[in-house]
Amino acid sequence: MRLKGSEIIMECLLKEGVHVMFGYPGGAILPTYDAMAKYDDRLHHVLVRHEQGASHMADGYARATGEVGVCIATSGPGATNLVTGLATAMMDSSPIVAITGQVPIPAIGSDAFQETDVTGVTLPVTKHNYLVTDVRDLAYTIKEAFYIARTGRPGPVLVDVPKDVQIAETEFIYPETDIVLPGYHPPSTAREHEVEGALRLIAEAERPIILAGHGIMMSGAMGEVRELAERAQIPATLTLLGKGALPEEHPLVIGMMGMHGEACSNHAIQEADLLIALGMRFDDRVTGNLKTYAVNARKIHIDIDRSEINKNVKADVGIAGDLKTVLNQLLPKLERKSHPEWIGRIRDWQEDSSERDILNYETPGKLLTAQVINDIWRITGGDAITVTDVGQHQMLEAQYYPHQRPATLLTSGGLGTMGFGFPAAIGAKFGKPDEEIWAIVGDGGFQMTLCEMATAVQENANVNIAIINNNFLGMVRQWQELFFEKRYQATPMVNPDFCKLADAYGIPNRLVTQREQVEDAVEYARSIDGPTLIEFVVEKEEMVYPMVPAGADLHDMKRRPKPGEA
Amino acid sequence: MAETKTDNKMTVVALVENEPGVLNRIASMFRRRAFNIDSLTVGRTHRPHISRMTIRVVAGPEYAMKIATNLQKLVNVIDVRVLDNEPHIERDLALIKVRNDDADSRNTITEICDRYPARIVDVGPEVAIIEMVGTETILEAFIEEVKPTGIVEMIRTGVVSMGRGTRIHDTNFINRRALVEAASKARSGNGRLV
Ligand SMILES: Cc1ncc(C[n+]2csc(CCOP(=O)(O)OP(=O)(O)O)c2C)c(N)n1
Repeated sequence: MRLKGSEIIMECLLKEGVHVMFGYPGGAILPTYDAMAKYDDRLHHVLVRHEQGASHMADGYARATGEVGVCIATSGPGATNLVTGLATAMMDSSPIVAITGQVPIPAIGSDAFQETDVTGVTLPVTKHNYLVTDVRDLAYTIKEAFYIARTGRPGPVLVDVPKDVQIAETEFIYPETDIVLPGYHPPSTAREHEVEGALRLIAEAERPIILAGHGIMMSGAMGEVRELAERAQIPATLTLLGKGALPEEHPLVIGMMGMHGEACSNHAIQEADLLIALGMRFDDRVTGNLKTYAVNARKIHIDIDRSEINKNVKADVGIAGDLKTVLNQLLPKLERKSHPEWIGRIRDWQEDSSERDILNYETPGKLLTAQVINDIWRITGGDAITVTDVGQHQMLEAQYYPHQRPATLLTSGGLGTMGFGFPAAIGAKFGKPDEEIWAIVGDGGFQMTLCEMATAVQENANVNIAIINNNFLGMVRQWQELFFEKRYQATPMVNPDFCKLADAYGIPNRLVTQREQVEDAVEYARSIDGPTLIEFVVEKEEMVYPMVPAGADLHDMKRRPKPGEA
Repeated sequence: MAETKTDNKMTVVALVENEPGVLNRIASMFRRRAFNIDSLTVGRTHRPHISRMTIRVVAGPEYAMKIATNLQKLVNVIDVRVLDNEPHIERDLALIKVRNDDADSRNTITEICDRYPARIVDVGPEVAIIEMVGTETILEAFIEEVKPTGIVEMIRTGVVSMGRGTRIHDTNFINRRALVEAASKARSGNGRLV
């Protein structure tokens, strides 16, 4: 079958099982948009309002489904607008394929209109990228792109397609054979001595703790990790992106670790004699000062990315492999154990934490972010997919919305990209149309991508937007309060009337200023089939506790004073 | 020459696809990860689609492993080895232009070159070009000796290395389009791939 390059792109997307793509047209990608019409019934195109939105939507889709998300943009400014989304996906190992138009091959290098060296610009923020210079290479290149995006440690892959390659014709051959990439062999199994080594450390440990990361969900190893925890009675703490890897109501799961993690998790890590790090990468936000990090503990580190082993924290047993495969090698030989004393100590720390829980404080007349998020949790039965933006509300969602299922908290962890939440929620809705989706965003971050309200309306995407409005760039304000003597430089925000804005876009909305109004507004949003917006006007100067100041020792946490202590 | 490790440098050798932009990817990764590279050479191999790189770093084995694992992550990098654990040959080549305008310097240079694996490859009335091949250590010793006579221009290729013996560092990879086209030739009559 002879096809144009543009048609080959569509055919390849169909072969890869793609149903939806998020994009924005322009000159250099126009042939591909023209070809779309013919495929409209099978491949839905979502017209975004800014290409950054397209990249986050593809990312949200990928995080919610585990499948590759697709975004499309034109050359030059269209492609550069994707960069933030690619970098976000790269940091959080989210599989997306971006297809960009490029100026025709003869014009490349001439500073032609809307020419940008897109493969050059995106090199450090993609897992791999391609410039296709011959239409005969197009089909297998796209197949490779999907393969690379979704296998091993997933990540974004960009395919830059010059306009003349989109127009040129060739025989369409989709390589049905397996991809052969000589330099790409994600590790899978552990060696026997590594498994033995890990088993020995677990057998010898008296105070073990599991550090559960995002990789557990990417590998589909939730059951195996749970079995490991239960059989050897090992408590587990979660990274931000690891939330959902184990049900948070499980008695062995002790909440998030790190800068704004549970105090009990951080204490337990510092006191442990064995860390079992699974599909996580010891980011500085979870370790604090590396010199004093878990100094009493031996470390088992299992990750699919070999370069993560020994990168930040030296492993006594480091295993590069697919977590599910490796745990299945290990579990048959794992002895039952119990650690009542160790778990007892953790319970004491938890006790202390609950005394400091803001929800147990008398706060008459105030509306607090923690209350709003915990109410949303209660009303949604803890079963919604929540997609956050970045800031205080993000950390409070992690603390006050326990997740029971994998891939139900979608958040920009590694890059901390403000503006991610709302578009990623739209993308997630396309991936999981039957799930209830909440975008929980700050007043600052929402304004970075609020133009996508039009997209949500055009697509009637049933996404509930909860704006946590403190009229501040709250997280930055918190740092200014703690470390810059409350000099609130460039953090107070004069905001638009978000409800009127929603009105202008045709989005049903509610304003909430009192705790008593929360339930009604949340139920109202849930009752509407289509986008809704609730503006929660919360206290201006809240704090997220505990907090490990950047670079401080993990046990050196700023805590909320107990009632009566303040 | 039997090679023994005389310095604190590590050698990493990588087989990479000979494709546009591959060197850029590798350089970009080194810069992004702030790896400190002492020298990096790329050259062709006996296989048209494969180039080979030798990377020298001032570092210990752990650092070299970090470089190796990060290199291995790049899709176009086929195989990586840290060479220091095995006996290997290393060579660096220098072209050195020296002053040659009086009998004294002429004599000195000839005398030094006689004691090293060095050749005078171009002689004029004022300057001469010396070609010197050897390990990095020997090359550096040579350069130190020549310096007093007046080096006016110099270029070094950087170190290339190869493990000794039969542990062959090679790949039988041919390029990707060829693979796909070969597969498509194997199509059966009904247009399906077999
Ligand atoms: C694109 C981007 N710019 C700047 C920052 C730095 N930053 C981190 S949190 C934050 C404040 C966020 O404020 P808001 O969206 O109102 O959320 P809040 O913290 O108040 O919940 C800022 C500016 C960032 N993470 N991302």
